[in-house]
Amino acid sequence: MSRESDFYLRRLHSLLGIIPVGLFLAQHLVINHFATRGAEAFNNASNFMGNLPFVLFLEWFVIYIPLMFHAFYGVYIAFTAKNNVQRFGTFRNWMFMLQRITGVFLVIFIAWHIYETRIQKALGAEVDYNMMANIFENPFMIAFYIAGVIAATFHLANGLWGFLVTWGITQSPRSQKIVTYVSIAAFVILSVIGVQAILAFV
Amino acid sequence: MSEQNTAVQEREQQTAQKTVRFEILRQDTAESTPYWEKFELEYRPNMNVISALMEIRRNPVNADGEKTTPVNWDMNCLEEVCGACSMVINGRPRQSCTALVDQFTQPIRLEPMKTFPVVRDLIVDREFMFDSLKKIKAWVPIDGTYDLGEGPRMPERKRQWAYELSKCMTCGVCLEACPNVNDKTDFIGPALISQVRLFNTHPTGAMNKDERLATIMADGGITECGNSQNCVVACPKGIPLTTSIAAMNRATSVQLFKNFFGSDHMVD
Repeated sequence: MSRESDFYLRRLHSLLGIIPVGLFLAQHLVINHFATRGAEAFNNASNFMGNLPFVLFLEWFVIYIPLMFHAFYGVYIAFTAKNNVQRFGTFRNWMFMLQRITGVFLVIFIAWHIYETRIQKALGAEVDYNMMANIFENPFMIAFYIAGVIAATFHLANGLWGFLVTWGITQSPRSQKIVTYVSIAAFVILSVIGVQAILAFV
Repeated sequence: MSEQNTAVQEREQQTAQKTVRFEILRQDTAESTPYWEKFELEYRPNMNVISALMEIRRNPVNADGEKTTPVNWDMNCLEEVCGACSMVINGRPRQSCTALVDQFTQPIRLEPMKTFPVVRDLIVDREFMFDSLKKIKAWVPIDGTYDLGEGPRMPERKRQWAYELSKCMTCGVCLEACPNVNDKTDFIGPALISQVRLFNTHPTGAMNKDERLATIMADGGITECGNSQNCVVACPKGIPLTTSIAAMNRATSVQLFKNFFGSDHMVD
C-alpha cells in the first residue's frame, strides 16, 4: 500500500499525534480532574467545555478529523510491523511494540468512550458527573477506563519522543536519552492526573 | 621438550571428548520448505562458525549419522569487512566469520536472514540493498563533458568522521534486525539512510543532495522508520545508524519546507 505520498502522510500522522490530539488529551485529563473537587465543580467545567462557541466546528476540526486520521493510519502502521522483542529485548524495541499495542487498544477504547458519552449526548442524554458515576458502578468499566487512560498517556509520552526524532529535533543519542527521561516524567504525571479523576467518580 | 608435549597431549585429551552441536535451518531450493537438520562435530580450539561449516562440507553426515548434502553458505573476506557471510546465529543476525564457537550456547542455531529471499540453505539474495544503493545514488558524480577540475576540499575532521559511516558493508544485518523491513513495507532500511547522509556530507556529493533526499522522501523511504533502534544495536561496524536517521529526518524536514514554499535552486 506504499505510495509516493507516504512521506507526507507519515509526517502528518506524527504531527497530528501531538497537535492537536496530544494537546487535547492533556486538556481533557486536566478538565476531568475537576471531579476531585466534587460533582458541582466537574459539571461546571463540563458545561463550560460543552458550550464553547462554535463547539461543533471545534469538535470536528480539533478532535474528530485529526484523531480519526491518526487512528486509522496508525492501525495500518501497527500492522505493517513485524515485532521482534524476543530477538532484540532492548528498551527502545519494547517501546516500539508497546506504542503499537497501546495504539490499537486506544482505537477500541476511544470508540467505546465516544459511544458511551458523546453519542449518548447526541441522542439526548445528559453528560455530567452522574453519567460517569453510573458508568463506574461497574468495576469492569473502572478497570477498562484506567487501562484506557494509562494507554493514552503512554502513547502520548512515547509519541512525543518519537515526534522529536521523526522531525529531526533530537539527533544525538544524548539528547534522545534526556528526552526519554522527560517522556517518562510526562507519562507518570499525566497518568496520576487521569487516574485520580477516574477514582473521584467511584 | 617433553613438557611441551605433555601440554599438547593434555589439550588434546581435554578436547577429544568435546563436541559442538549445530542446528541448521536448511532449504534445498528457493521455493522449497525449510527444515532443521542437526550436526555434531568434534570440537577444536578457536573454532568459528565458518570452520564448522567447512567441517560439515568435508564430511556431510548429520547428527543421526546419515549422509546428507553439504550445507551451502556464502563467504568471502573472512575478516568481517565484506558482509557476505551474514546469517542469523542463535537468533541474532551477524557475520559467521567472526562468530567464535566458544562464545555461543549450544546447540548453535544457524538460520538464513529471512528478510531477504533465500537462495539455498544459508545463502540469501541481498540484491534489494544493491538496487536501493542505486536508487539513492550512493556515489559522488565527477564526470562531465569537459574536465570539471578539482572539487571542493573536505575538511580533515569531517573526513575522519565520515570514514565511520563509510564502514558500512551492505551486509543486511540492520535490515534483518529492523521490525519495519518486511514483505508488508518497501522500507529500504537503516543502512541506506546512513549512506544518504554519507554521500550528502561529501562536498562534491552534496551537489546532488536534494536528489538523494527526494528518494528517501518517497515510497520505502525514511518515514518507514519506527525508531525501534535495533539497527544501531545490531550493526557489526558500530555505525551510528540512529543518529544518521535522525539527521536525515532533520534534512528531509528542511527539504519539505523548501519543496513546499518554493525555491528554484535546490542544491543549497
